[in-house]
Amino acid sequence: MITNKSTSDRITSCFHCGGDCPSQNISLGDKYFCCNGCKSVYEILNENDLCTYYNLNKNPGVDQKREIRKDKFQFLDNEDIKKKLIQFTNGKQTQLTFYLPQIHCSSCLWLLENLHVLDAGVITARVNFPNKELFISYEEEKTTLRNIVETLTRIGYEPHLSLQEISSKELHKTDRTRWYKIGVAGFCFGNIMLMSFADYLAFNNQVDLKIKLFFNAGSILLSLPILFYCATEFFVSAWHGIKNKFLNIDFPVALALLITFIRSLYEIFSGIGNGYLDSMGGIVFFMLIGRWLQSRTYQTLSFDRDYKSFFPIALNVIKDGCITPIEISKIRQNDLIQIHSNEIIPVDTMLSKGHAKIDYSFVSGESLAVEIKIGDMIYAGGKQLDGLLELIVLKEVSQSYLTNLWNNPVFNKNEYRKENVYDIIGKYFTYVVLLIGIGAGMYWKIQGQNTLMWNAITTVLIVACPCALLLSQNYTNGNIIRIFSRNKFYLRSPDIIEKLTKINHIVLDKTGTLTQSNTSNLRYAGKVFDVSLKTAIASLVKQSSHPISQLIFEYLNCPDVDDVVHYKEIEGLGIEGWVNEHHIKIGSIAYVGGEFVAEKSGSKSVLMIDGEVYGDFMVSNKYRFGVTKLLASLKKKYTLSLLSGDNDAEIQNIQELMGKDSEIYFNHSPQQKLDYIKRLQHEHNLNVMMVGDGLNDAGALKQSDVGIAVADTRNNFTPSSDGIIDGAKLPVLDQFILFAIAGKKIILLTFAVSVTYNIIGLYYAVQGTLSPVIAAILMPCSSISIISLTYGLSAWVSNFYNMDQKN
Amino acid sequence: MSVIIILLIVSISIAGGFLFAFLWSVKDGQFDDDQSPAHRILFDDKKIKK
Repeated sequence: MITNKSTSDRITSCFHCGGDCPSQNISLGDKYFCCNGCKSVYEILNENDLCTYYNLNKNPGVDQKREIRKDKFQFLDNEDIKKKLIQFTNGKQTQLTFYLPQIHCSSCLWLLENLHVLDAGVITARVNFPNKELFISYEEEKTTLRNIVETLTRIGYEPHLSLQEISSKELHKTDRTRWYKIGVAGFCFGNIMLMSFADYLAFNNQVDLKIKLFFNAGSILLSLPILFYCATEFFVSAWHGIKNKFLNIDFPVALALLITFIRSLYEIFSGIGNGYLDSMGGIVFFMLIGRWLQSRTYQTLSFDRDYKSFFPIALNVIKDGCITPIEISKIRQNDLIQIHSNEIIPVDTMLSKGHAKIDYSFVSGESLAVEIKIGDMIYAGGKQLDGLLELIVLKEVSQSYLTNLWNNPVFNKNEYRKENVYDIIGKYFTYVVLLIGIGAGMYWKIQGQNTLMWNAITTVLIVACPCALLLSQNYTNGNIIRIFSRNKFYLRSPDIIEKLTKINHIVLDKTGTLTQSNTSNLRYAGKVFDVSLKTAIASLVKQSSHPISQLIFEYLNCPDVDDVVHYKEIEGLGIEGWVNEHHIKIGSIAYVGGEFVAEKSGSKSVLMIDGEVYGDFMVSNKYRFGVTKLLASLKKKYTLSLLSGDNDAEIQNIQELMGKDSEIYFNHSPQQKLDYIKRLQHEHNLNVMMVGDGLNDAGALKQSDVGIAVADTRNNFTPSSDGIIDGAKLPVLDQFILFAIAGKKIILLTFAVSVTYNIIGLYYAVQGTLSPVIAAILMPCSSISIISLTYGLSAWVSNFYNMDQKN
Repeated sequence: MSVIIILLIVSISIAGGFLFAFLWSVKDGQFDDDQSPAHRILFDDKKIKK
């Protein structure tokens, strides 16, 4: 049992989520909560005898500060929408899978799988932990989809329902072919080995002819599934390469496999020997394992999100005085829609009713919320911060300003894997090997020994198969990806590691990337004021809903406020009013007046009390911890630029951070960001890495050679990218790149080692005297030593780049 | 010497049995989620009263 010891702590932590409690007002018995949301979750669980939830892990909950309105899931009663979400129904029983980004510990697992306690209609609930999915089957008579979603939301697990998951139901499919292939290859390889062994250990070919026949037949039979099932991906990939007119690394591998097989068949049928079928099986088995290790990228993270996953499924449309939820794709121009607090507006609209305060930080990079007047336009992607809005739809979802970005050809380009450095090495390797093989063959031909000629050519190709290169590439990259992900840097695919090493220009976004999103620093410079004046200022700014006023209010931190008389607010300029016989005026220099020399323009508000200028409040962005160090280190190796959708208030700070040589642009639209990256690539021939966070960076992330998205919390949704980095780990981005470069060196080093093996093998091969015994010993030995070398080296080297080894 | 053939057939069929078991378990989805079973086994079996 975990007891609540928080009463003795200086700061009480919430029993449910472990967050700090601002006060001890919200409590139940000896348990304290940070908010009413957390408390009510506890109450629900307590009532239903589900408190094991709290015993399995300490403070397992997710904080519930965000309130969710009651009719939010009304749209789930709509049959059309429901049909798109469910996987199977027969009218009585329905099955579907939810994506719950909140799943993070065994308590979650336990609670969700006991969902039937809270909703009797649920028959089974099963969690897929790595995918953060919950499979549910329920009885239609006893409960509804809406009920289940509401129950989940009440206990703190609001399912992520989005358009994207609806349009591609493939989310729930997992590819198991690789497992099958590894299993079959392992089985066949092991048994071929078993049968070949008898032959190796027999002296002077003393094996009984009948037994030999049996063994050979068995080997051939077992090698068929290896070649025609397990190894197909190498042949397919090689063929794709040839069709696209380049030789990739799989080509020499496929060639070697094919020649090994044919040569072995020839040897067996002509009674010369036993062939190399066991080596062939072994190579395929090891390579498949390598591929599997390398492809174990993280399914929990989706790298292909577009705007659809950020948008709601349905909107409340007001028609003839009735509110009905309508699927987002069916929203038409001139529909009147309703938007609640904290909801994203998915279409371009005009404000018709309500007090709009829109947070565009995600779509445009503006750090402060924008107030919008009735009749003005609100662009898709903005988030309403507080209050209910009625909006008139101007454009449908697919045609809005934001979604237009996705019509750019970059997003439709189906990228074929480009030739990478290993393909190039593989290619030259193949040429050299072919040359040696033909040379050796020619030699024996001149000597007049035809059989030896064929022997030499084929053995050279078999022995010098660049499998070792492929193995070391797969195993090293697999290990690097694993170490990266332990350090909260997740890559879409192993190819990205190689691309990382080639970067020579880095483009950064400001809001949400260099700065922390949704937090601003407020600084006050000027005369000191006493408590009564402080209260007076706080009372005044409390009247205004302007973001800067609210920042000032938070900054002053006054619990009590006084009455304000003659309050006046002039949009975009400032506020004034009388509090406790003081006339206070806060606003831009133009508005307040008075002699005050401004150092720089930007988000600055002058404070004037009774006609006297006291000082000014300055809003500045809060930079992430460690960003200064990161930029200083990146500056040395790369050229940098900054693209921001925000205004240029921060220009001085940024210039200082980035150095004089960096290009800095503000007020850039998503399209301009994309174009800028394109220009760098085409005109300056640079390999560009883009680091960004919002939807406004989506185009640039896609266009760049390596697009890295920054995510602040586990549940954050990032736009389509090549990699996702945790915000806290951004300061060590340079270490990640250096480690990737070191990884490339490891691959080349282990490859050099394998070339040594190859030379030893070739020595015998060109003489035409390589016996299957030596091949059988040499090949697995080289594979295993290469694997352990590359694995050990990459783990050891990671220490030099401050990588965490544990989870 | 022919006993070795019988032995080999026996050993291959045993191995084949394991292969079959492996393929079956993959098909059944046991390798899709390698984390939750590890937690699930630690939960008390006590059925929760409604």
